[in-house]
Amino acid sequence: MSLLAEMNQRALHFGVPLSVHLDVTYRCNERCVHCYLDHDDHGEMTTAEIKDVLTQLSEAGSFLLTISGGEVFMRRDLFEILEYARGLLFNVKLKTNGVMIREREAKRLREIGVEQIQISIYSHRPEVHDAITKLPGSLKRTIDAIRFLRAQGLKVTIANVLMSENFADYAGVIALAKNLGASYTVDPTITPKIDGDRSILRLNIEESDLRQVFRDPALVDDVEKFCAPPPPPGEDVMEGYPCSAGHTSCYISPYGDVYPCVAFPLPSGNLRQQTFLDIWHGSAELKQVRSIRAKDLTTCSSCAHVGSCSRCPGLAYFEGSMYGPSSADCQKSFQRTGIPSANMLRSGQGQRSASGPLIQIQPMDHSVPMVVSSWEQNNLTA
Amino acid sequence: MSEKYIRRSSQIAARMLGGEMMIMSVKDSTFFTLDSVATAIWQAADGRSSLTEIVASKICSQFDVSLETAVRDAEVFVQELAGHGILQISDRPIMNAEQTRGAQ
Ligand code: SF4
Ligand code: SF4
Repeated sequence: MSLLAEMNQRALHFGVPLSVHLDVTYRCNERCVHCYLDHDDHGEMTTAEIKDVLTQLSEAGSFLLTISGGEVFMRRDLFEILEYARGLLFNVKLKTNGVMIREREAKRLREIGVEQIQISIYSHRPEVHDAITKLPGSLKRTIDAIRFLRAQGLKVTIANVLMSENFADYAGVIALAKNLGASYTVDPTITPKIDGDRSILRLNIEESDLRQVFRDPALVDDVEKFCAPPPPPGEDVMEGYPCSAGHTSCYISPYGDVYPCVAFPLPSGNLRQQTFLDIWHGSAELKQVRSIRAKDLTTCSSCAHVGSCSRCPGLAYFEGSMYGPSSADCQKSFQRTGIPSANMLRSGQGQRSASGPLIQIQPMDHSVPMVVSSWEQNNLTA
Repeated sequence: MSEKYIRRSSQIAARMLGGEMMIMSVKDSTFFTLDSVATAIWQAADGRSSLTEIVASKICSQFDVSLETAVRDAEVFVQELAGHGILQISDRPIMNAEQTRGAQ
């Protein structure tokens, strides 16, 4: 077990929110076709409110802070927020489209000590990337930004969301990442809009494409192991938690709403009305999320994949119940191993899921586009 | 043996978790945990106090160990942290320290 994984276990033991994802705005200068957000400002937290939240999080023991949006550079106080977070010794990861990063911004990010910057690129071809972001010239600006960041010695990860529009281009994006000295992470995940609108799910890649992704050695380091049939689940699996959401991690919106995860829109409290620790320890919703073990899941507990599935309780919640299956993950398990899930067997064989495939694949290190499955991260055991 | 001064780098992230200090270098993402003795030295590394002063006040006052042994051990430990850019070591006080607020 890596030292960081050990710390995660320790955080689980002590009930510490080790990782927090904070969106500082939903405003954006791009209009990506697949984006799940409403881009209006409905009353974002002020600089002072965000600083107060950061102080509370540091006191609660949070360490890994992801600052994201919307487009984070739409906030004029971004550097002030980042400086404050670094003053509190958070490990800060920034997610951005990079369009507003020039030499000056890159230099400041290095001086402030941001650990990592994640930037979305959809294709190495401007006509494809710019058609997705709906911002002419955006690919060029984003690539320039990565060059400025790399020139400062900053670590950059290129995140490549796959859709039918850009599926053919992922090899080109991997090559671009190599060329720029960035790492690469692929995510064929289109999530429903935050208001529950599922229309954007039509952009998801085809099932055959999903199978290809799982079997591409450029993305998966050990295809045979990754696609092997699941081992029978032991008692430890049935007593395990679905994922870190609400246990060692949470999400905070620009309006101060707290949720178990950015992908799990279960409102659990608001930081304008309560302190962070009151919500973290007292919220009935978070307590309910924490009470769920694999054995409590309605369909998944009898599924062959239960021990290796990347089942996302947030997507299950989107589908109607945080105790239920996530059909997007059923598709993943099926396309990966060829073995239908309990949910598919119950509702009729191998049909395309309502919410489409979801994959969360993380790079193993910063330099090589290697990939591992997400289940190790998703299945914490007590 | 010349006196040594140590200062925490500003290019790190740190937090206490269950009595241990987690430290990550934001430059190369190396991740460490420090036990309570190492944490006490690291927290006192303000660039102004010498390593001997730090060891005498933070370690020898709390643990049953001779100053000489504790300083020798601390020197090995601070060299290792310095190798990862987590501490700066100097033969004289490091006065232009960019101080960060202490980890909780
Ligand atoms: S599995 Fe879903 S809810 Fe859990 S941490 Fe991952 S994205 Fe969030
Ligand atoms: S494959 Fe589907 S039914 Fe099986 S554990 Fe995963 S989400 Fe649940």
